[in-house]
Amino acid sequence: MIEVLLFAQLQEDAGTDRLTLNIEKLSVKQLRKKLMETYNLQQVKESMVAVNEVYALDKEWIQSGDTVAIIPPVSGG
Amino acid sequence: MTKKLFEIVENPITVGPLIDKVMRREAGAITTFIGTVREITNGKRTINLEYQAYKPMAEKMLKQIGDEITEKWPSTYVAITHRVGKLDISDIAVIIAVSSPHRKPAYEANEYAIERIKQIVPIWKKEQWEDGKAWIGDQLENIPYPKGKPDIKGDDHD
Repeated sequence: MIEVLLFAQLQEDAGTDRLTLNIEKLSVKQLRKKLMETYNLQQVKESMVAVNEVYALDKEWIQSGDTVAIIPPVSGG
Repeated sequence: MTKKLFEIVENPITVGPLIDKVMRREAGAITTFIGTVREITNGKRTINLEYQAYKPMAEKMLKQIGDEITEKWPSTYVAITHRVGKLDISDIAVIIAVSSPHRKPAYEANEYAIERIKQIVPIWKKEQWEDGKAWIGDQLENIPYPKGKPDIKGDDHD
């Protein structure tokens, strides 16, 4: 299982702050595609992905047990 | 008790404790930056703001900014606190304190810190206006992620 945390507008679009995916392994790129196609979360396109609290590139792999966060453009400060 | 230098908190914040965190006998200068909630942005009146953070990662990224600063300006000590939750106009959202033996590194490192916060720290603000509300992604003065992703390493900011 892979837990996907959502924030800000993405959280409101999905109607939840987390999704649990029953998947053993997929790449960051595959995750983006899944979130856009299956969950219709279009802001994923302009978001960064963090795996276990570290920013990850599209080619990196996510495995069962990892915590993933989708990070839309930030606006702190 | 060890001082927590990089913090995300829910309650109101004040500058005194951050000054105390970076104060030391070698310091000849302490700069503080206080970010407050602005009422008018591009002619639009904000009623209040809500900040949301991915707290564990946000604190890690604040610490990373601290590490970048120590590498660029080895003589400095840094402390950063960002508040989340609902804030009113003029409330303090963020405080950065930097100490150094001489003033210049304290000024430079402090400005670097706020610029980096706006790039890599997972915090979002939702603006409530008189006629609606929205999560702010693009702060207009910046293009978010000009290279398609945040500049994680900080190499562009020498």
